[in-house]
Amino acid sequence: MVENRPFLAILSHLILILGVAMVALPVWITFVGASHEAERMLQTPIPMWPGDQFFVNLKQTFWGSGLTGTSIAPVWMMMFNSLLMALMIAFGKIAISLLSAFAIVYFKFPFRMGFFWMIFITLMLPVEVRILPTFEVVADLGMLNSYWGLTIPLIASATATFMFRQVFLTIPDEMLESARIDGAGPMRFFWDILIPLSRTNIAALFVILFIYGWNQYLWPLLITTDADMSTIVVSIKQMLEAAEQSPEWNIIMMIALLAMVPPIFVVIAMQKLFVQGLTETDK
Amino acid sequence: MAGIKLDTLTKSYGDTQVLHHIDAEIEDGEFVVIVGPSGCGKSTLLRMVAGLESVTSGNVHIGDKRVNDLEPADRDIAMVFQNYALYPHMSVRDNMAYGLKIRKLSKAEIDRRVNEAAEILEIGQYLDRKPRQLSGGQRQRVAMGRAIVRDPQVFLFDEPLSNLDAKLRVQMRLEIRKLQKRLGVTSIFVTHDQVEAMTLGDRLMVLNGGYVEQFGTPIELYERPASIFVAGFIGSPSMNFLSGAANAGQVTLSNGTTIATGSTASGEVLLGVRPEHLKPEENGPFKMTIEMLEHLGGVTLLHGVLDGTDTQIVASLNGITDHQVGDQVSFAAKQSHLHLFDAKSEKRIEE
Repeated sequence: MVENRPFLAILSHLILILGVAMVALPVWITFVGASHEAERMLQTPIPMWPGDQFFVNLKQTFWGSGLTGTSIAPVWMMMFNSLLMALMIAFGKIAISLLSAFAIVYFKFPFRMGFFWMIFITLMLPVEVRILPTFEVVADLGMLNSYWGLTIPLIASATATFMFRQVFLTIPDEMLESARIDGAGPMRFFWDILIPLSRTNIAALFVILFIYGWNQYLWPLLITTDADMSTIVVSIKQMLEAAEQSPEWNIIMMIALLAMVPPIFVVIAMQKLFVQGLTETDK
Repeated sequence: MAGIKLDTLTKSYGDTQVLHHIDAEIEDGEFVVIVGPSGCGKSTLLRMVAGLESVTSGNVHIGDKRVNDLEPADRDIAMVFQNYALYPHMSVRDNMAYGLKIRKLSKAEIDRRVNEAAEILEIGQYLDRKPRQLSGGQRQRVAMGRAIVRDPQVFLFDEPLSNLDAKLRVQMRLEIRKLQKRLGVTSIFVTHDQVEAMTLGDRLMVLNGGYVEQFGTPIELYERPASIFVAGFIGSPSMNFLSGAANAGQVTLSNGTTIATGSTASGEVLLGVRPEHLKPEENGPFKMTIEMLEHLGGVTLLHGVLDGTDTQIVASLNGITDHQVGDQVSFAAKQSHLHLFDAKSEKRIEE
């Protein structure tokens, strides 16, 4: 494996380049599509190089008429909905799983392990499996077409609870004892010691959960009927349906491109913490 | 300042009793070392004083206060842990100030105390570093500093030196001793290292299997060990034990040699004599053939088997000697250096 032959180096680079190209091609086409006039996108062959209409399309998407012939909300509102939903899911999941992991690791109460396994078993029940009962509950609570309805059913997280439990277990007991001698109560210990010590793990989880929240499709599709509540990922699908009648591919591609920006931004901004949080084991 | 009183203290985990009726009075300003092999319950005892373990029965008093049901923070103690337990995300200054902040002391008072402790421990230039940027010895000092700033009535040390290398350990040992004398704070120090125990403690409590074997000054423990366990534990290399029968002021060893002890005891006994008390003497009662030599420079250790028995004995002679492996050597020891223990109860037989 440590052989240093030029041929092998070239071959492995070729394979990697091929892989990158396969992943990047659709993104490139999206970008190219977003930079041409609507008419150009209907001619064959489709263009492979960017046109000069990128900013014109951008402006039209945000401030212009947007996509004609559909009743979708303005793009900024869809992005805002998506952002709010992703943030609420990420923060909600982190807050709840931090607290439940804290309870499971640091408190002795009857059926502690029972509760832990109950939480763990919910791994087998993602929203897709329990979609009808969950919808029923949310509808009965009058949370259809609201941010709460969008996020609360997705907030409970067994994975994150499990991960924080593992993180807390690596923190030496002396840390708790030391804090007790210093006079810190449980919540003080939680805030002053546990949260700062799990900082990188929280960041890593935030990245994963933000993208998870941003990419939600089925649940928002079901629970939001009001155009003002629709998220950008759901809207893209609706726009494709609209495209059957008046295919404004340049605008659709632009919206798809915009939908990619926040997750990319989050990943780039938190890259360092993300890697640390997933790889560092020493506390 | 306050003394500590342990009153028939016991600790059980379920049906297993790990500490049996510990009674002790520790005076104000005294430095007591609890020493024993691993698993003897010494850390548990310390943690009970700290309030980190519950008391099964009996009482712990600090000063005049019964503290059984008090939280650690309310007992006016400070503890130094084996792995230091510094908060890794806080600077040295914040580590030391954390407990004071929780107690809501004024900013000025906190600064004053932290700076004072930093000066005593000479860690002033590290105050803004994180613990991971410090060496083991420096972390040790910070852990001590965290204890000092609280200005507690009692210091508790849970094997704080065992993570340091040998040289640093000796140095920190002296510093802890000096610091404790200077501050005059009652201290309990747990260790498994008998040298550490002998050098640090005003008094030593030797624990074995949850029982106190002996509680006394280092010299008392060395000169008059109360049991075979203490005799073997204190002193290095450890004491030689020779089985024999006592009768009318003398002991007959299993090889037939008789040794005058001046004791009126009779029956099966173990005769104890420390390696450093064996002096070469022609026609001395302890005859052995040397099997191995250890030259340590200052002393030479002669290992061998007592003639006519299969009992291993060690003699420690000053300086470098010219003995060879295979030599037969005879030793004698002063009567005052002989220790008699009952073979059954393993307790000391008083003269």
